[in-house]
Order: sequence, then structure tokens, then C-alpha cells
Amino acid sequence: MLLKRIIPCLDVDKGRVVKGVKYVDHVDCGDPVQVAQAYDEQEADEITFLDITASHEERGILLDVVSRTAETVFMPLTVGGGVRSIQDIRDLLNAGADKVSIMTAAVHDPGLIAEAADKIGSANLVLAIDARRVSLTPGDNSSERWEVCTHGGRRPTGIDVVEWAGRMSEAGAGEILLTSMDRDGTKSGYDLALLRAVAERVSVPVIASGGGGSAADLAAALGDGPEEGHAQAALAASIFHFAETTVGEVKRELLDRGIAVRPPPRDSGRC
Amino acid sequence: MRGGRDDFERWGQLLMSTAAARVALVDYGAGNLRSVAKALESVGLVVAVTDDPSLVRRADGVVLPGVGAFADAMRALRSSGLEDAVKEAVEARRPYLGLCFGLQLLFEEGEEHGLTKGFGLLPGRVVRFPQVDRDGSALRVPHIGWNEVRFEGEHPMLEHLPARDNFYFVHSYRPDVLDPAIVVGRTQYGGEFASAVATERLFAVQFHPEKSQRAGSRLLTAYRAWVEASR
Repeated sequence: MLLKRIIPCLDVDKGRVVKGVKYVDHVDCGDPVQVAQAYDEQEADEITFLDITASHEERGILLDVVSRTAETVFMPLTVGGGVRSIQDIRDLLNAGADKVSIMTAAVHDPGLIAEAADKIGSANLVLAIDARRVSLTPGDNSSERWEVCTHGGRRPTGIDVVEWAGRMSEAGAGEILLTSMDRDGTKSGYDLALLRAVAERVSVPVIASGGGGSAADLAAALGDGPEEGHAQAALAASIFHFAETTVGEVKRELLDRGIAVRPPPRDSGRC
Repeated sequence: MRGGRDDFERWGQLLMSTAAARVALVDYGAGNLRSVAKALESVGLVVAVTDDPSLVRRADGVVLPGVGAFADAMRALRSSGLEDAVKEAVEARRPYLGLCFGLQLLFEEGEEHGLTKGFGLLPGRVVRFPQVDRDGSALRVPHIGWNEVRFEGEHPMLEHLPARDNFYFVHSYRPDVLDPAIVVGRTQYGGEFASAVATERLFAVQFHPEKSQRAGSRLLTAYRAWVEASR
């Protein structure tokens, strides 16, 4: 049986993990390689680096971080942020990324995903979507919809999220990383209606992102019940980075709640 | 990393100081092999990442990793002479380990981007996952994530592996095996499929041990034991 995945996500700026990661046991957790190592020890199912470096000229720093990580930990690594071209995808895969996620460039050039799928293959290609709820009459769930945004959710594109996810997965995106910009950073739970709507539309795996604040939130995103998210994986950032909990503790709780995840190792460390 | 000459010299130096088993990690130009190389080194193997057929012929074992689309990869392996070198190494009973695509190309043909002939060492073909699961629900393809492999059968590597273990998969195609006797690992996704196949001379897996943390290390350690016992 295919297991549901827990994926810690690190925001990386100029080669350092940002978002105030704690220092524990004299380990500088601002170094992405060391953070990846800590999550490897906890047996996270994958790890994701999101490069938020503004300047494309500093790409070399990210490539170096990716290659050092891939040489150090034997776990799946997805890298996204600022990926603009086939060459960017190739550079990241050659540096050691297993999957590359594309967001804004796909909006600007809707042919990019099909071209990348043809040249590189779908399995390594993730379409990232930043989704913002379009305000409608409160309580009227029949006409719920979401809009694709770029620039950290600030720039709406007018594109319907469910339609976009469907079109891009048919063009060759192998997975959808779906972030609710309404929930991102709030720790108030994932947008389950959004997840369900996209999971129903596409036939590729969906990764839930935005709003995960507890194991219960992750369980709701990963559950297959009528009110749950139906996602195949859940991305989470702050609940792990601040050493509030470990991947192992979250997994134990998910197992208790009937979500099939890979059982955690006995002594999983914190970072 | 590429270019057989440097690796050859490195090997020479290493041979002076160690009796460790040497494996050739076949580089057919389709992507990064460093994480595979590092994973093999972490279990104590000496690794040469190489596109040099003569080096492949002389290694104690041959590892063919999992990157590339079937048609492109086969073209690269054929034009470089690596296909013949790998087949000769298998013929000479140098333990072969195939990872993901390194499993798929052993079969007669693959249907990714049109039909392409594989090595033809095993009967069967490589086909896309069905769109519908056995219970009639939609099957999500690619098959991405951790799934259980149940090992069963006769092979030196299986003596070192647990009966079942979770490994990391990322693929849209899978082998349709004609000879059940070669199936040594089974996984459930869209029904049961062969996630590991083996003969006396080869062992190949559809998953990625180099990405499978401890389970992956166990499998690569078993490979090392097989290579050492075969020298």
C-alpha cells in the first residue's frame, strides 16, 4: 500500500534556512544541509527546499546547497523557487534534486510544463500552485472557487485553480504542490475544500500545503473521508522547525488516527 | 565525475591501499549520479562513475542507475558501447544491480515515447500503470512515495534482507513480467506488480534504494556482500 508522506519544507535564502530556526545542541540549524540531516534522522519522507533568493544571479549558491545535501542524505529532495526554464530544471536535477517544482514560469509560459515533461519526464516535475479563495456569498459552498496567484500570493492571475491543476497535470506535471495562501502561516489547518476539489480533478498526487499547525491538521489533509483533504502528502514548515514536535511524533499521532504513514524510527532526534 | 581516465587512475591508487570491491556506476549522460555514488560508498564499496565500456568490463560489479526516458537512455547506451559492456559483465557473472530504469531496460521492450527495444535479458515489457485501480477508482500516476516491497525467492541478496521493507518509488512505468520465477519483490499499486526481479546474475529494483534511507542502506549492503562473495 502506498503510504502518505510527511514533507518538511525549508525556505532557503542565499544558501541559508530562514524563518528563525532554533539552535539545538550547538548545531547551526541555519545550514540547509544540517537541517536536512536532522530531518533524515527523523525519517521525514521527503524534504523540500524553497529558494526565496530574489536575485537569479545567486543561483549558484542554491545549486551548491542542493549538491551538498544530495551527497549527505539519502532521502528524496524537491527544490523549487525561481525555476524559469528547462535549463534551470536540468541544473537542479544535475545538482542532485529528485524533483523540481515550477510555479510562476508555468503561468507566464503555459507550454513550459509540456516541454519539460517531454524532455525530462513527468515523474520529476512538480507544478506548484499558490491558491487564494475568491470571496463569494458566505456559506454558499456550491460555488466555491480559488484563483491562481503569483508573487507570494500578492498578484492574482484570474486563472481558476482547479481548471489550472487539471490542465497542467494533463500537460505533464507529475505532482501538484497546492498551497492555500489564505491559510499559509496561520496554523489554522489546511484548506480541505481546496484540496478535495483539486484531488478530484487531477489523476496525479497532490501535496497539501499552507496552514498545517498540528498532527490533527495533517491527518485531516491526508484523510480520504468526505470532509477531509484526500491529499497524498502534506508539507509543513513551522511546526517542525521550531522543534515544537518531530516528524516521528507527528507520524505516531497520524498512525493513531488511522492514516497510513511509514512508521517512525524509535529515537528520532530534534533540530 | 565523468571521464573514465580520472576514475581509472583513482581506482589504481585505491587498489594499492584497499581490497574493497570495485563497482562501475554506469553514466550514460542522463543526469546526476552523485547521490547513487555516495550511497554505494557509504556501504563500503569503491565506486567509479564511468562511461568507459572497458572499465565496466573490469569491475567487480555493475550498477545501472535510474534516470532518463527509455528511448533516450537506450540510444545513449547503444551508441556508446555501454550496452555490450554491461551485457558482457552480466555474462561474466559480475553482480549487476539495476535501479529503476536499470530494471526496466533489462526487458525486451519499453513503451515510453513509442516502443523501444531494451537489453532483452529478461522476458517481458515495460508498460504504463493502468489509469484505473482494481476497485474501479482512479489510480494516481506517477506512483510517488514510500510503498512496501515483499521479498520472496532465491537470491544471495535476499539472505541479507528483511521479508518486507518500505522503499521510495517515483515512476510511471512498470515491468510486465512474463516469467514469474524471476520476481523476488512484490508491491501493491494498481494491483500487484514486480518491484524487484532477479536471476543468478542480476538483481534489479523499481524503487530507489539511494533515496530510501535505512532500508536503502540495507539493500545496498546486501549488494556489497553479493559482490564480495562473487569475486
